[in-house]
Amino acid sequence: MALRIPKPPLPGRRKPPPPSEPAANGEVALKDQAAEVGAGIVGWVDERTGAAGFAKGQLFRKVPKGTNWFYTLGSATLFAFLSQAVTGVFLAMYYDPSPDRAYDSVQYITNEVFLGDIVRGMHRWGATVMIVLIFLHMGRTFFFGAYKYPRELNWVIGVVLLVLTLGMGFTGYLLPFDQRSFWATVVGVNINGTAPVLGPYLSDFLRAGPEFGATTLSRFYAIHMLLIPLLIAALITVHLYLVVKLGTTAPPWLRAKLPEPLEKESV
Amino acid sequence: MADHTETERRPGKTGGDGNFPAGDRGDGAGRDATRRLAKPKPPGYFEGETMTRRALVTGGALAAGGIASAAIVLPAIGFALGPVFEEEDFPWQDVGPPGRFVDDNYTPVTFSMVTDVGEAGKTLAYVRRRNPDLDENVPDEFVAISTRCAHLGCPVRWVGPAQRFVCPCHGGVYDARGQVEGGPPVRPLDRFKTRVQNGQVQIGPRYSVNSDLKRFSARDPGQPIDGLWKYLYPKRFTVPSVSG
Repeated sequence: MALRIPKPPLPGRRKPPPPSEPAANGEVALKDQAAEVGAGIVGWVDERTGAAGFAKGQLFRKVPKGTNWFYTLGSATLFAFLSQAVTGVFLAMYYDPSPDRAYDSVQYITNEVFLGDIVRGMHRWGATVMIVLIFLHMGRTFFFGAYKYPRELNWVIGVVLLVLTLGMGFTGYLLPFDQRSFWATVVGVNINGTAPVLGPYLSDFLRAGPEFGATTLSRFYAIHMLLIPLLIAALITVHLYLVVKLGTTAPPWLRAKLPEPLEKESV
Repeated sequence: MADHTETERRPGKTGGDGNFPAGDRGDGAGRDATRRLAKPKPPGYFEGETMTRRALVTGGALAAGGIASAAIVLPAIGFALGPVFEEEDFPWQDVGPPGRFVDDNYTPVTFSMVTDVGEAGKTLAYVRRRNPDLDENVPDEFVAISTRCAHLGCPVRWVGPAQRFVCPCHGGVYDARGQVEGGPPVRPLDRFKTRVQNGQVQIGPRYSVNSDLKRFSARDPGQPIDGLWKYLYPKRFTVPSVSG
């Protein structure tokens, strides 16, 4: 039995809703009033920004024949990043990046804060999900040949995004500040240090000194919540710009229709 | 020079090298049919000028922007990189009277490697008296072996019956002098300087040793220092120098 990916449900052509019948006394229905106000606000913004045309261009752009579910992996990775960003912002409200308080504040988030275990769990498991998705997205791009001309630069940006995402994993792993975090970071920093010539200095930079010290945790926290997320957000913007600008590729199993060869007529 | 800036300012317009004869203020196209009509010279142009007003203002704006950006970015980078270039002080710490230590077995001592990080800043070292059978060329009266594995920094443990240091993470094994007997470590266990003062054995800065137990300034785990390797993993600015 061949495994088939289900076809996505396609909506029919959108029909404008029929206008409500005006009431006998000439009053406009509340629903229509609300719709008019909404349209008015959208129109006001659009008149001053031209955003509607831009948004339409993005949302209704042509995609090649054969586009399938594998093409959603990039958006899925983006969604995972946004989920990490949102949950991370809220975790930062309770988290305390000092060596004395970090572990206790994570315990407080997990056990005391309302829905704290849910939000922390989303961030903790979402990190793994993001890594898995980013690799699947990379695999899709590779096996579909979507890294070839003219999309090489987007591949390079994607690889940088992958490295930054792994950096997020590395710096975030320390933050719970339990035994596993601490020793995993000790080992991870020492692995960084085995790079020749620059490695020892890189280790000192990550630890802010020759030993795991008082500012190591806050340094990892700043890198984790400010430096790398800003870089990732900026690079995702460029990544998406190039996707829209260059368009997506057709899957490799689709062949372009070649024009019929001309036959030579003999006279 | 004047002509050069002229062509740069209007790329693709003049088509040629922009070398107009004297007195030609844009009406010379008739003489050369292949040359496009040149734009009139900007106000203030004079024969032999080396820099247009526009080029000066553009350059000035870029320079001002560059200086302003550097004024913000350079201190920020220096701020983040500062600890890489600062040598850290390591205070000598008492670990007990000399009578506490023997020369044929190790005594574990705990002391603070790093202050202000609570329990995480404490570390364990194994200390014994210098033993003539084990230690040649060891100047200190006491030998203090660091528990930081030379593979990736896990804490090793002295297993008395086996007379070995054993690392729980990846199976590194060291003999009684801290030299590698098996597993992935790339050099012997680090040591600490020791001295006796006011009737107390004191532990000082960390140093690393190569496979001949020759002293080097402290390296991080995973960094071999035998032969040419010591040039690939040079001394860092954050640790004190150690001689021979």
